[in-house]
Amino acid sequence: MIHIKRIQEDGADVIILIGEIDASSSIELDLAIAKSVGEGYSKILIDCSALDYISSAGLGVFMSYIEEFKDRNVKMVLFGMNDKVANTFSILGLNELLKIGKDKVEAKEMAS
Amino acid sequence: MRAKAITRLLFTVGVITWLALVITDISILFSSTNHLTPDIPSWLPGVILNLFIVALFYFYKFKVERDDVLNFVDLLWRVFATGLVATVISLALRLLEHVIGKPNTSFLVVFKGLQYMINLGLMIGFLLMAFTAWKRLILYQKSKWLLRLWSFFEIGLLLSLILNSFKIHVLDQLYVPLLGMFVLVGLVLSGNMKWVAYLNFRQKWTSLLLLLLTIFYLLYIFYTNNSLTEDIGNMSKSFTHYSSHIFIVSLMVFVTVYSIFSFLVILFNLPTTSVFEQKLEEVVNFQRISQSIQTEQSEESVYKILLETSVSTVFADAAWLEINASQLEYKLHTYKITDKESYDIINHLKTHNIRGILDQGSDKTKNLSKHLASLKGSRFRSILAFPIYVKNENIGTLALLKELPEGFNKEMTKIVSTFANQAGISIENFRLMEEALQNERYKEELKIAKMVQKSLLPDVLEKDDDFDIAAFSESADEVGGDYYDTIRINDHTVSLIIADVSGKGTTAAFHMSQMKGIFHSLAQSDIDPHEFMVRANQALVYCLERGSFISATFFIIDTNTKKVRYARAGHCPVLYHCSAKNTTEYF
Repeated sequence: MIHIKRIQEDGADVIILIGEIDASSSIELDLAIAKSVGEGYSKILIDCSALDYISSAGLGVFMSYIEEFKDRNVKMVLFGMNDKVANTFSILGLNELLKIGKDKVEAKEMAS
Repeated sequence: MRAKAITRLLFTVGVITWLALVITDISILFSSTNHLTPDIPSWLPGVILNLFIVALFYFYKFKVERDDVLNFVDLLWRVFATGLVATVISLALRLLEHVIGKPNTSFLVVFKGLQYMINLGLMIGFLLMAFTAWKRLILYQKSKWLLRLWSFFEIGLLLSLILNSFKIHVLDQLYVPLLGMFVLVGLVLSGNMKWVAYLNFRQKWTSLLLLLLTIFYLLYIFYTNNSLTEDIGNMSKSFTHYSSHIFIVSLMVFVTVYSIFSFLVILFNLPTTSVFEQKLEEVVNFQRISQSIQTEQSEESVYKILLETSVSTVFADAAWLEINASQLEYKLHTYKITDKESYDIINHLKTHNIRGILDQGSDKTKNLSKHLASLKGSRFRSILAFPIYVKNENIGTLALLKELPEGFNKEMTKIVSTFANQAGISIENFRLMEEALQNERYKEELKIAKMVQKSLLPDVLEKDDDFDIAAFSESADEVGGDYYDTIRINDHTVSLIIADVSGKGTTAAFHMSQMKGIFHSLAQSDIDPHEFMVRANQALVYCLERGSFISATFFIIDTNTKKVRYARAGHCPVLYHCSAKNTTEYF
């Protein structure tokens, strides 16, 4: 189960993920990002500090936006991951494809 | 069949006892007018009369009381018909009396006696019929107390018959108190008029007419019998007189009083009937909305029923239902109003910046009639708007319209808001059911996907004397995207793949089969692992769904050179355990 909250800070859209992202809840993550893009945000920060688990489907969601964001000049930065989740990203090599920050401050700098 | 036999038997007994009564009574009468001593004991006619009453009493009890088909109007009709027959026969006898003119005395005595006997029999039959019918009406909504009182009344009356048969002298002193008691109990019982409320307007009119005629027949029969007893009384004192008969007198009072009461109650209930009927219709409508969830196929039907029931319940002239399909657009369901008309009103209210109809944020039912006054060219003068909620989310607005100004009262507002709430619940249930179905379908899909996935994994893996291989795959509760496979390239090389497909269900299984295809086509020859990954990626890039990916590790095992070459693409690192050195490390 995943709970997704969105707050707007300094012109950036912060998407807060609370819980676990598996195959079925990845759809919600996809919807949340799509909504944020649809509303015209060009800085999207993903707060992963309360994210306990992410499955391959969840990673797929992030991957699917990489090309699109590059074209539209949208900056997406993930931050605050715990070790387990960060390990998942690094095994797949996603840390090289996605922007991942340590905390919100760093993430904001990376997005600007 | 048994009941039918009993009623027939009782009727026969009634006829026989009546005939016996006629013979005994007239012979006594005849003897006394001719100053002869009758050879029949004077108490006999009284006993026979009582037997006659008992037979008829049970005849009607079986015939009318057990008949479940009869409704209120049918009952009244039966009483009326009995009264009509009695009156017609009585009138015919009068006519006959008139035709005969003035015969000699002894014939007159016999004729008068016979006429009296027929009239008495008819009156008792009529009274007992009415008594049984009234019993059903009174006990329509019974309570313990009412049942007890009625049993007391009925049994008391029957006991009085026994006392009457034995001409006990104590009875003469008890006559007035006993009669008084029966009349009183009869009056108390007559207060039970609950059945009247269940009549509709038409039935009430019919009942009024039937009751009025019944009362008229009763009075006529009483009058006829009274005048006949006077006539006979002038000739002789010894005949069966009913005026001191507690049973008959009590019945006369009770039946007449209840008839008059019923007539008056129905008369005064007439003006309020429409209200009662409306309430009944509301209940029925409410039920329709509640049931619609089980029977209807779509939300549309619920909307339609909501519109129809709301309009018919509050007598509105038209209505529309505005449903928010999404954030910005909304859908209009109209009833007896064109889309253009409703949009005119909606736009009018919008331009006047009136919140309530379009503003879904308003949570209160609003009477917007006063704003309609400023809209020219519209036939409607009253409007009422209700929000509809599903899971605390406003999904739309119900608007009711009337051509009359100030057409809605507080009651109507309340009723329709209950309807709107109920419709909200119905729609919510409907959506929940839809969701459950979706879930069920999803589960079924997963089952199929699991089967497909299993069939894609090889049963036997390539191995030879130089190496051994074992595979194990266990997915979490959902269908996993694990894939592994081997292909023998030649006698000393084997290619091996371990892959993980992202996602779930049928898509994952589908992607897995694509991976299998790619593996089997690329790994047939001795390909460099790096080259394999590059080419597999090129092939998959255009096949995979957005958001899906496959991570994999590809190995080439060469038993000649005793070497394993591999390439890793986003997959977990290879864990190597060297049993000779007893060390374990990641590559």
